[in-house]
Amino acid sequence: MSAPARIGPVFRREFGAYFASPLAGIFLVIFLFMSGIFTFQLGGFYERGQADLRPFFTGQPWLYLFLVPALSMRLWAEDRRTGTIELLLTLPVSVRDLVVAKFLAAWAFACAALALTVPLWITVAWLGNPDHGAILVGYLACALLSGTFLALGAFLSAFTKNQVIAFVLCGVAGFLLLVTGFPIVLDFVSGWLPRIAVEAISSMSALTHFEGMMRGVLDLRDVLYFVSLTVAFLFLNGIVVEWKKAE
Amino acid sequence: MKELIVGRGLRKSFGAFEAVRGIDLTVPAGQVLGFLGPNGAGKSTTMRMLTGFLEPTAGTVHLDGIALADDPIAAKRTFGYLPEGAPAYGDMRVEEFLLFVARTRGYDAAEARRRVDAAIDRLHLGPYRKQLVETLSKGYKRRTGLAQAILHDPPILILDEPTDGLDPNQKHEVRELIRRLGGERAVVLSTHILEEVEAVCTRAVIINEGRIVFDGTPGELDSKAPGSVTRNRMDHVFRMLTTSDVREPAGARGGSR
Repeated sequence: MSAPARIGPVFRREFGAYFASPLAGIFLVIFLFMSGIFTFQLGGFYERGQADLRPFFTGQPWLYLFLVPALSMRLWAEDRRTGTIELLLTLPVSVRDLVVAKFLAAWAFACAALALTVPLWITVAWLGNPDHGAILVGYLACALLSGTFLALGAFLSAFTKNQVIAFVLCGVAGFLLLVTGFPIVLDFVSGWLPRIAVEAISSMSALTHFEGMMRGVLDLRDVLYFVSLTVAFLFLNGIVVEWKKAE
Repeated sequence: MKELIVGRGLRKSFGAFEAVRGIDLTVPAGQVLGFLGPNGAGKSTTMRMLTGFLEPTAGTVHLDGIALADDPIAAKRTFGYLPEGAPAYGDMRVEEFLLFVARTRGYDAAEARRRVDAAIDRLHLGPYRKQLVETLSKGYKRRTGLAQAILHDPPILILDEPTDGLDPNQKHEVRELIRRLGGERAVVLSTHILEEVEAVCTRAVIINEGRIVFDGTPGELDSKAPGSVTRNRMDHVFRMLTTSDVREPAGARGGSR
């Protein structure tokens, strides 16, 4: 069977599940509202007097900290709680295909939410003359970062039957992934760690890689960072599903 | 008769606890096997090993000639499985859920639709096809689980407590259904209810503490009860084999293992 035929049904079920509860609506409203707050209130969109989306992009990682776990928390925890995991794993599909299908469903939803912010782009294009290439790279950064967070959240969701625990674990882990590149952390460790170690810590941070891209710099190393981290989390996800399924 | 389910030397440990301690089970086509045992005897664990949900700590499973460990995907096409409690996606409609299972099994849209319609007919789910699974009564939820298990017309059916929690009418219906589904298939069903074995099964296997303690026909099970027992004879034998508080008469222990 071709990959779309193997992954399609689970992908559609998982994507549809967001709309079966009020989650999709609540998520979209909060995401768009908070994106607006970050852009116009906290980001000083008008005061800066520049036609770009920097204030919007700056807020995204922090928004993802609590919104992405809301998408990823149910991915495996719910199947484990209701016992449908037993159904899924005895159907003729591999764990790998299930992991990929569930991840892609959540990521497609996150990307759709992101696409709904395109009016901001249209607004800056109307107000001034922004660098469209840079904005496109910024959007790519958002999509990649949300994918990495989702893979992390899916992986953590497989550990538990409790969605609240999955949510909190993902939020905390995502926070750690971001703040390792934060000046406070780097300044703190740079006092006593050798420079190379400080750089290593900084290069591990999702924020460092995100900020590079957010400024419109398309560096393949940043893309590779997000992609490899996502693949690694999904790989671990598969292992945890096998390991924890019967508990 | 073709041997459709062959489990050899199955063992399963969870940490220090050994749930299944060496079970050999061969089920030919046309046999309906009732799998009995007290709670915690290892029934579900054994069925989960037969369906590949759990990997055995030791032992092998062959389904319709395919080694589960070598080609799990192909082996999983050979059976329909009703897990304990008939889990299903509550936020989906009956028809939607069955279509999901059919598509996941690899049928194209038209074939999936045809098979789902056939399964819905067979289980008399017609009036409920547009109902959300979470709003179904236990009986209809169980039927939805059975419909899901027979969609692909598998040679093997593995049903974990298909009548648990149903009222007597529903139990009767599900038993009738299993009898109808039996035919040329190999069916394994677990239950605590001994009349069920008499009603639908051609073979009874009792396990206790992870081992087979009786393997024979329901008639043989009945005949193991001492003559002095006139009511609930199978219950008596069941207690004899799985507890220490009912003494078995000397020489009564015969059946295989």
